[in-house]
Amino acid sequence: MADTSHGTGGLPFDEKKRSIPGEVNIFFALILIVVIFEVLGQVLPYMDNQSFLFDTRDRFDSIFNEARLRIIILQVSIIGIIALGVTQVIISGGIDLSSGPLVGATAMIVMSFAQTEFVNGNPNPKAVFGEWAFDLPVLIPVLVGLAFGAFIGAINGSLIAYTRIPPFIATLGMFLICRGIAQAWTRGKPVSFPTEGYAALGKGMMPVFWFIGLAFVLHIIMRYTIHGKHTYAVGSNEDAARMSGINVQRHKVRVYMIASMLAAFAAVILSSKNLTAQSGMGIFYELYAIAMAVIGGVSLTGGRGSIIGTVLGAMVFGVIQSGFTYVKLDAFFQLMAMGAIIISAVVLDKYRQERAATRS
Amino acid sequence: MSDIILETKGLTKHYGGVHALNDADFVLQKGEHVAIMGDNGAGKSTFVRQITGVEQRTSGEVIFDGQPVHFSGPIDAREAGIETVFQTLALADHLDVPDNLFLGREKTKFDWLGPFRFLDYKAMRKDTMGALEKTGVKIPNIRNTIERMSGGQRQCVAIARTASFASKLTIMDEPTAALGVQETAQVENIIRSLKEQGEPLILISHNMRQVMDLVDRIIVFRRGRIVANLRKEETDGQDVVAYITGAKTGAEYEGAA
Ligand SMILES: Nc1ncnc2c1ncn2[C@@H]1O[C@H](COP(=O)(O)OP(=O)(O)OP(=O)(O)O)[C@@H](O)[C@H]1O
Ligand SMILES: [Mg+2]
Repeated sequence: MADTSHGTGGLPFDEKKRSIPGEVNIFFALILIVVIFEVLGQVLPYMDNQSFLFDTRDRFDSIFNEARLRIIILQVSIIGIIALGVTQVIISGGIDLSSGPLVGATAMIVMSFAQTEFVNGNPNPKAVFGEWAFDLPVLIPVLVGLAFGAFIGAINGSLIAYTRIPPFIATLGMFLICRGIAQAWTRGKPVSFPTEGYAALGKGMMPVFWFIGLAFVLHIIMRYTIHGKHTYAVGSNEDAARMSGINVQRHKVRVYMIASMLAAFAAVILSSKNLTAQSGMGIFYELYAIAMAVIGGVSLTGGRGSIIGTVLGAMVFGVIQSGFTYVKLDAFFQLMAMGAIIISAVVLDKYRQERAATRS
Repeated sequence: MSDIILETKGLTKHYGGVHALNDADFVLQKGEHVAIMGDNGAGKSTFVRQITGVEQRTSGEVIFDGQPVHFSGPIDAREAGIETVFQTLALADHLDVPDNLFLGREKTKFDWLGPFRFLDYKAMRKDTMGALEKTGVKIPNIRNTIERMSGGQRQCVAIARTASFASKLTIMDEPTAALGVQETAQVENIIRSLKEQGEPLILISHNMRQVMDLVDRIIVFRRGRIVANLRKEETDGQDVVAYITGAKTGAEYEGAA
């Protein structure tokens, strides 16, 4: 197609001059951050010329520091799965604070359906249920987890859509409820020793593959399906969406259900990877997931953002976190710096929006 | 079958103590174009909102196409055949032109996927170009989001949305309020083409010249009441203004306002 064909009424329109998508900026930010850490590694006196990205001590066969990269992407992947769901919640104009505790609660519940009967020939010391719950096929714990996620998400969504309480309050309540469920499930005792099939779900680099696969599916959904389009429409102008015939309430329920199901799935992968579930799992995950989305350009006022952005945001998040460790920043300073970065991302988003508004 | 497409009897809307619309009796013939005029706050938009089901009326009757109707929302009204350009344009700012044109009635593929069925972007883009060409609306790039468009372009999109779907009745609430000379002429052309196609129209406008040019009949609202029902050939601008300001009241409405 000729590039003027989008214009109507004979107005000229140059396809090449279309504004660059925001994702490109985030990609450059990612590269910039890597370069900054690389430079810090050379400059800081106590670092004795280590490299952030590259293998300078011949520990691996490749030129990259594989150990660090692996840690970065593994760290990012599980929270990233939650961030995918949170992305569509924020695009729809809402927020979900309950995902972290939901990870804890789901991990506890799911693991109880994934235990083996014998550990090294001895009866499972952490058994939650009786005989019937041992050595179940792997599909059962996964389905239990997804069903629990869907249930929590349906409550979140219904509260927000039908009683019209602010998403912040509804999901904050659910935050506490889920943490309570996680602790009540076994009165705080960890649940461990899963079946081999279950352990395989999150083994090695599996979390990364799940993240990439799910990111792809969510990207397709948000970009090319009715659900995605209506999510943007609801977040952009809820009244317009309603007047256009979109069932806004039902749509919101679906959005929160998908988000919670993804968080529940992240819990499956996490507990499988760790081979155990603890009621404290997933602490801060809801905030990190929101941070990934916001760094990735998802606007907290709704209507704007993308899955690609969130994936890039997740990578930025992972690089920053491991960079802090690399330059030996203390854990509490890391928290403070992370907070500062999240605030900057929101400020930047606001600035971008205001600039966009004055241009029109 | 009767020739009346829309009739209201005693249509009334109170917002708490505010009597925004009182006892409105209104008749629209098939193929007829009627203008509603009146000062700001006279109740014109309120009247439209009761007909289109955006709000629920306090009392009164609405008869559309021979049937008493109780639309529970604007979607109901649209499905029954009433297309409306609301004064607040009801566009999604972050979406582009085809998205907005087809919002809520998207063309889709793989419909068995339910809520995850795929959008047929290509078909919607093609139809959008067609609709814009038909209505003569000029927008440099239909892939631009609405937030990057001028007020007039936004309005054009809202009007193109209305005009590109066949309907039994079209309602436009101040469609040319923000438009330049050329764009206003475009919208007026759209309205004329509706007239040629025999589609009835309710036009709310403050523009006397436009009203005199386009419509068959003028209804004047004042303080929530209908105070005049004037055939175009039996009136003129000054006369209408007298009704709007309250210097005159139609004989059959004496004592109403
Ligand atoms: N939701 C509402 N709650 C309370 N009062 C309202 C509401 N909507 C409208 N009104 C009042 O009803 C009256 C009529 O409003 P309406 O919007 O119908 O005016 P209008 O004739 O369309 O005016 P304009 O030419 O400015 O668009 C006004 O006094 C307005 O303040
Ligand atoms: Mg009005």
